Amino acid sequence: MSDTGAQDINRSKPVDWALKAYIFAAYAFVFAPIAASFVFSFNSDRFPSIPLGHFSLEWYQAVASDPLVWEGLRNTLFVGVIAGVVSTLLGFGAAYTDYRYKFFGKQIYLALALLPPTIPVIILGLAMLAYLSRINLSGNALSVIISHVVVCAPFAMAIIRLRLSQMDPALEPAAWNLAEWKTMRHVIVPFTKPAIFGALFITMAVSFDEFAVAWFVSGLNETLPVKVLGFLQGQVSPRINAIGTFVFVTSMTLVILAQVLLSGRDATARPDADE
Amino acid sequence: MQRDTLVSFEGVVKRFGTYLAVQKMDFEIRKGEFLAIMGSSGCGKTTTLRMLAGLEAPSEGVIRLSGKPINHLPTWSRDTPMVWQSLALFPFLNVRENVEFALKMRGIGKSERRKRAEHWLDRMQITEFADRNIAQLSGGQRQRVALARSLVVEPEILLLDEPLSALDAALKVRMQSVLKNLQRETGITFVYVTHSQSEAFSMADRVVIMSRGKIEQIGTPQEIYRTPRTRFVADFLGSSNIFSGKVTASGAGSVDLETASGPLRLTTNAAPPPGSAATLTVLDTKMRLSLTRPANSTNVVPVRVIGEEFVGATATLYLETAQGQEIRVQKGHDELAELPLEIGQDLFTYWAAEDGHLVAEA
Repeated sequence: MSDTGAQDINRSKPVDWALKAYIFAAYAFVFAPIAASFVFSFNSDRFPSIPLGHFSLEWYQAVASDPLVWEGLRNTLFVGVIAGVVSTLLGFGAAYTDYRYKFFGKQIYLALALLPPTIPVIILGLAMLAYLSRINLSGNALSVIISHVVVCAPFAMAIIRLRLSQMDPALEPAAWNLAEWKTMRHVIVPFTKPAIFGALFITMAVSFDEFAVAWFVSGLNETLPVKVLGFLQGQVSPRINAIGTFVFVTSMTLVILAQVLLSGRDATARPDADE
Repeated sequence: MQRDTLVSFEGVVKRFGTYLAVQKMDFEIRKGEFLAIMGSSGCGKTTTLRMLAGLEAPSEGVIRLSGKPINHLPTWSRDTPMVWQSLALFPFLNVRENVEFALKMRGIGKSERRKRAEHWLDRMQITEFADRNIAQLSGGQRQRVALARSLVVEPEILLLDEPLSALDAALKVRMQSVLKNLQRETGITFVYVTHSQSEAFSMADRVVIMSRGKIEQIGTPQEIYRTPRTRFVADFLGSSNIFSGKVTASGAGSVDLETASGPLRLTTNAAPPPGSAATLTVLDTKMRLSLTRPANSTNVVPVRVIGEEFVGATATLYLETAQGQEIRVQKGHDELAELPLEIGQDLFTYWAAEDGHLVAEA
């Protein structure tokens, strides 16, 4: 980087470089394994080793021709979409309740609503299995959806709650001539819309990636991450890398979409000078 | 001109828990007037406005709109739009959609809606911004959008909650005349809540002054300025000098007081009993100055100069009595130029008995 203005005179070059190196190292630490998996998924060699063989799509072809993978993907998408929609609806309701009403025990209400992601997934998976099997709901897609809603809804609530907290309290009464439900439809939902879609994409991504709980409750309707573990137990194959890359790209797309929705809009327009 | 009553507050009380926000309030808002409700923060002025809008329900008493009690009428069944301090424009709609919003919600057809919105956009001189986002507007432009959005339904009454407080001084003055003209031209009743005396006095036909949940005085700006009813009002306006004392004689159109600054006399029809406590106010523009003791004046107070402050066309001279009471005198620059006004200079201030005015102590 070159010196580009007066603000640089107060900065120390070595510190600047050290900080940049630190950021680079941190990202490398996080993304190197994923990058490696990505690279090896296109490598013709059977085992991941340097030097690389030639570029190849054979592992993707192998994955694409495996009916088990397709079944897992179908299950994953089915569960992800429904769990995402249901979680977002529940999250919106919970967040709006928090925004709009004051009531006795609200702190407890909030703590309980945000609790599920803090429970160790193994415990949650076991509990889900024990409970759902008792009411004859275990081992099918519905049981995965129920479990994923439990895990995802708090994320949706947190995201939508953040957006609502940015809302001018006068905005609701500013639509003074609307009854409550119309205000919800014409003021609250439009204002919260970016966060609602953001929450939808994030919860889908969470469900898409979630392994542990799904492993306990999915039974024969295994989702893709559960299938991956099945493959790994059988044999170590570069097909895993191909599936991993696919799952990663899908999740990242959802997360990036959410990010764009949540940070765009308000930041784009700048006010003119005063009259 | 006596106008019909549009809104009446009859013994209205508002409590939040044990906190008494508004105490037993009785007053009327007349059809077509510009009424300002003024007071410092926490005086209950915004609560009063919110009760009128239906955002708070009175704890006691009745609020009537055109004769009908509206205590329990929900907000959406009232014709009482409000312009908010934060303006509360809808950020997800553009300027035109904001203005059309209330019409659209009332199920008014698209072409009619367009036409009425255009009219108000034009009237508020924001037509050129019609398709912009709210975030792209300046403070003054937003103000105009907020007004257009509320006025487009052509309500009988418009509530305004300190709408100009976010603007800079020059723009504030400009918007004051916009508001005043708008009110005069439309004949819509404006109820304007503010803590600013200059806003209230420059725009309103009548002003309600509130303090600690109580109405201190209602009247035209001139009435309040010339004859503050209570000591609080005189203090709050800050344009009068206040002398407290005991009545020594009263009757025959005048009252004599004994105060810390000496014996003072004022012309009044009131006849407080001798020996009772009384408070006298004199406008700072009515105080006169002299180097020598004026021979034929009944109200003379010896003072010493402690400071001077320029206020545009006039200057405020700060004086102190022998007892340490501060006295302010407002004078033109020419008149002050004739007096030696170094700090510490001894002077006499005096005024006519007709310029003194009795106020209630409470």
